Amino acid sequence: MRATSHLFKDNVAKALADADLQTALYRVDKNFTARRTAAVTALPEFEALRDDAVRIKDHTLAYLDLYLETFERNVTAQGGQVHWAETPDDARRIILDLCQAAGARTVTKGKSMIAEEVALNPFLEANGITPVETDLGEYIIQLADEPPSHIIGPAIHKTKEQVSDLFHEHHRQFGKTQRLTEGGDLVAEAREILRPRYLAADVGITGANFLIAETGTSVIVTNEGNGDLTQQLPKTHIVVASLEKVVPTLEDASTILRVLARSATGQQMSVYTTFSTGPRRPGDPDGPDAYHVVLLDNGRSKLLGSDFQDILRCIRCGACFNHCPVYASIGGHAYGWVYSGPMGAVLTPAMIGIEASHHLPSATPFCGRCEAVCPMRIPLPKMMRHWREQAFDKKLDTVRQRWALKVWAWFAKRPRLYRRITRLAVRYLAWRGRPRGRMSDLPLTDGWTASRDMPAPQGSTFMDQWQTGRRP
Amino acid sequence: MSARAAVLGRIRASLGERDEEAAREAVARRLAAHARNVVPTRAQVDRDTQVGMFVDQITATHATVAQVAEENAVPAAVSAFLAQHNLPAEAVLAPDVANLGWDSQPLLQTRTGVPVEADQVGVTAAFAAIAESGTLMLTSGAGSPITLNLLPDNHVVVLRRSQITGTLEDAWDALRAEGGMPRTAMFVSGPSSTADIELTLYLGAHGPRRLHIVLIED
Repeated sequence: MRATSHLFKDNVAKALADADLQTALYRVDKNFTARRTAAVTALPEFEALRDDAVRIKDHTLAYLDLYLETFERNVTAQGGQVHWAETPDDARRIILDLCQAAGARTVTKGKSMIAEEVALNPFLEANGITPVETDLGEYIIQLADEPPSHIIGPAIHKTKEQVSDLFHEHHRQFGKTQRLTEGGDLVAEAREILRPRYLAADVGITGANFLIAETGTSVIVTNEGNGDLTQQLPKTHIVVASLEKVVPTLEDASTILRVLARSATGQQMSVYTTFSTGPRRPGDPDGPDAYHVVLLDNGRSKLLGSDFQDILRCIRCGACFNHCPVYASIGGHAYGWVYSGPMGAVLTPAMIGIEASHHLPSATPFCGRCEAVCPMRIPLPKMMRHWREQAFDKKLDTVRQRWALKVWAWFAKRPRLYRRITRLAVRYLAWRGRPRGRMSDLPLTDGWTASRDMPAPQGSTFMDQWQTGRRP
Repeated sequence: MSARAAVLGRIRASLGERDEEAAREAVARRLAAHARNVVPTRAQVDRDTQVGMFVDQITATHATVAQVAEENAVPAAVSAFLAQHNLPAEAVLAPDVANLGWDSQPLLQTRTGVPVEADQVGVTAAFAAIAESGTLMLTSGAGSPITLNLLPDNHVVVLRRSQITGTLEDAWDALRAEGGMPRTAMFVSGPSSTADIELTLYLGAHGPRRLHIVLIED
């Protein structure tokens, strides 16, 4: 997709004014956070599992080349094939070649963020192959021609009425002329429309939540079972996955699974967790004849050993989205690329460049909730700060911001002067805010005061209070 | 240079200097050990408690369970399930469950093999079940077509009490003892569901709308 991350401020303004989106975001905030809390509290070992999960991924990343070689060897031993892709373009071409070799006209797809990352659908379409998304959320946004707005709920920004409109418009060609309004009826109609597509597809493409080195296995986690139908019915199963999905053993995958679903939806296990190893075996009555894994790098190998290595632990559970006050206000599309939320604010600059996305790591109050709930304990705020340093070094922010920071830094490096100035500023602002205790305009803060009042300081400065023994 | 060599080369460059032999040994050791990480203690209990835990948890995820005393009572339990939901008396059987004495149900039409789109009911065996999370483990093989778990609207799973284990780790040990990974190992916790429309839960998104377990007290 064409990134619009550089238009972040415009995107935000649009999102804040979108009443349907605001209703949907309120639902996310209310549902997911409570469900995660309940699931986490019910498992006494949750924190210990998080520690183990971090250790597993850190160990794997430290020997990533060797685990990937082992994975490849075991896939091959089971009759499958691994294809290495350096760039999104490589991945698209490999997948197209595999589809064409299979004589494919339609392919079904399970939900895959990597397929979104490489913008697979438009490329297949341009080459005469029809991709059919089968995850209900992905199917909805495919009809709407939109990118996902959340990594585990791609269509959470859509209201039932909007889904009803989309189905009414797009299902007419299948003889469905009645407009449906009930959620259950919409789900049933999507099921009815997609069934024959599964059966007709020549190739099924899924993502992977894990790749297991020990056995050469790919794992997908779904609630709908769409990823299962997608991979079992067509003759060819293509898995598209990024390098960092690999873990050593089945035991390691089991540990991370325990924190994944709880962090994502508050489930103990998703409804379907499916381990796929090679093509069907001799004697198997069904299953795919061919099994391919396309391994995508797209800059990840360069994140290893960098300030951003820890983002490679991410298991795409979406907990950081669900607990982020910024995401809760603006939703996913405002971020302007495939990944949104806190993890997107860290990963997007690594993929499309900080020049095109420097607003994202700035859009944070640094409240730290993302890191607090991240099952993989990824220091997201710290990495956003690293990007902000790079943005500053590359002079990507406005002249006014840079000067403000420089002036502040000059004072901050002269503590006595700084304290005297802040003492004066506090008195001035307290006087200016009389009698309401707040002010509706103030020089240089129009971005703040345009939509709300600035509270006037009460009492003395922090440092003065600290010195007189008051501990806030 | 191939993409493979380029990617692996970049990874090695990023990882920096290391003792190659020690690294390979560390990886080989890790892969061979199958060491368990932290495993919740909840399911590390006796079999009776595990069975109760499994039934409680899988019924909480909208599956249903019927307990029968012995395996030749399974066909009658399947008939009862079909009658209860006003389903036609037809079922497709996995070869693994084909010899449970289906003649005892003369009104029930059965066929063994893979399902087609029109089939309403599939009956399969389980490889194991996990008490910790209330999860069935279903494996593919000559006796267990994988599409039977997915295509029919109603999925009936025949499970023996002795197949219920505590944790995923226990199930992996059992699978390794049987010769390793099949093409597909599915872990199923309830019927197919979706919350993709306004975060409301609906059952029967793409896979089975109903999941029914016939538990044999062996």
